[in-house]
Amino acid sequence: MTSLVIAEHDNTTLKVATLNTVTAALACGGEVHVLVAGANAAAAAAAAAQITGVSKVLHADSEAFAHGLAENVAAQVLALAGSYSHLLFPATASGKNIAPRVAAKLDVGQISDVTQVDSPDTFERPIYAGNAIAIVQSLDAVKVITVRTTGFDAAPASGGSATVESVTAVAASDKATFVGSEIAKNDRPELTAAKIIVSGGRALGSHDKFMEIMTPLADKLGAAMGASRAAVDAGYAPNDWQVGQTGKIVAPQLYIACGISGAIQHLAGMKDSKVIVAINKDPEAPIFSVADYGLEADLFTAVPELVTAL
Amino acid sequence: MKVLVAVKRVVDYNVKVRVKSDNTGVDIANVKMSMNPFDEIAVEEAVRLKEKGIATEIIAVSCGVTQCQETLRTAMAIGADRAILVESAEELQPLAVAKLLKALVDKEQPGLIILGKQAIDDDCNQTGQMLAALADLPQVTCASKIEVADGKASITREIDGGLETLAVTLPAVMTADLRLNEPRYVTLPNIMKAKKKPLEVIKAADLGVDVSPRIKTLKVTEPPKRSAGIKVPDVAALVAKLKNEAKVI
Repeated sequence: MTSLVIAEHDNTTLKVATLNTVTAALACGGEVHVLVAGANAAAAAAAAAQITGVSKVLHADSEAFAHGLAENVAAQVLALAGSYSHLLFPATASGKNIAPRVAAKLDVGQISDVTQVDSPDTFERPIYAGNAIAIVQSLDAVKVITVRTTGFDAAPASGGSATVESVTAVAASDKATFVGSEIAKNDRPELTAAKIIVSGGRALGSHDKFMEIMTPLADKLGAAMGASRAAVDAGYAPNDWQVGQTGKIVAPQLYIACGISGAIQHLAGMKDSKVIVAINKDPEAPIFSVADYGLEADLFTAVPELVTAL
Repeated sequence: MKVLVAVKRVVDYNVKVRVKSDNTGVDIANVKMSMNPFDEIAVEEAVRLKEKGIATEIIAVSCGVTQCQETLRTAMAIGADRAILVESAEELQPLAVAKLLKALVDKEQPGLIILGKQAIDDDCNQTGQMLAALADLPQVTCASKIEVADGKASITREIDGGLETLAVTLPAVMTADLRLNEPRYVTLPNIMKAKKKPLEVIKAADLGVDVSPRIKTLKVTEPPKRSAGIKVPDVAALVAKLKNEAKVI
């Protein structure tokens, strides 16, 4: 029984989500191999070999993998899938894009967003926006799963000494091509990996107010910035800041929700945070039912006060 | 070109579901059911493509119990031309739905297939990708913008750090993200008209597809409850709590 983790990387460095996925793979038992499919990704492959617990790194290098197109990466995974009992992807935009494609070609079911491994074929995953936890058993020979990164600790990125083996890259499909990307510039900690997150909602009122009020707090705490769907839809904050069922799932040490009512869909994305603070002037806001510390106040006065007090 | 849109009947997104006391699942008896919100966005986009003269016919498809006909009627009220229900009383998992849809894609030969990015009940986010794999078509998931020209589509998708744009040859499979569009409200005259549009019912068994579940649900439990928190009177008290009690800053 051997697991293959499909690494997420930018060709030079590994994304932290890969480390959480390795931990989940180790929980499945057996050896853990990592596939690094990329373009000029030797550095990423070398980094994968350092992860504690990984015994082999497979490195497939081709221009076709430069942008992680699902068609091409899935074909590469399928070419190697024969010798593995478990194929694990991080439940990121990239992993969610590719994993079901692999599962369908293997004619097996796929298990999404696994938060716990109970046994090599039994997993726990949230359903209904996190309002229920399903314990599911895979009846297939090969288990294709995506791993909710906040459910598992990151494996140590050093201390390992896996061998790196080059594998032949499969031919690329010409049905989809990469045109371009717009990556939001951000020198703050990555939202899904941040220890502290300050998050704003519709109550901020405008993009300018959002930045004016929330940025000093984030700066002071060295925090990542998040937003509710309402704030994102209204254009106050960029899309990739959205925390919730349809955005990012986060579990920081401290989550400060400012002017967020706490709809089911938002709670699904943050209720596993260690400490939740809610600042809201509506005493009936559902966010207070999950908050460890609630402050019933107008955020336009409370947040600047908080910045001064810190 | 024909556009095929897949829609799912799910528990309404405003309903707070409860886990059954025998832990076999969530209690969905007598709760309000609606079209999955992402599927509404998918239907809306198909209708907009038709309004632009790109799509010629929109076929809405749903797989599941008889009551899914209501969901299909909603899709037709938004603007789908006809509907197909693949009827099955069994639980259908994403792989089974993808196989059923593949059979319909073979039959109808659409130029574009649009699904929602995920259903809000099982939260799987798999069916579109699985369909693309089975039909050997290119896929673009989490789409927030589409432009169609000369047998190709340029589609922008939401990724973790921002946006990326892909060009795919048609036919292709696209899954709709929240920001693709804002679905229109269905009007009463359109609801009446939708009642007259054709709705074909096919038995899942007649499509020759193996729909047996591959994943067995052993138990469904309540998520761990958070212990009740406290309200603090002012900012100073909040900072004191965070520093001394929670020790997170």
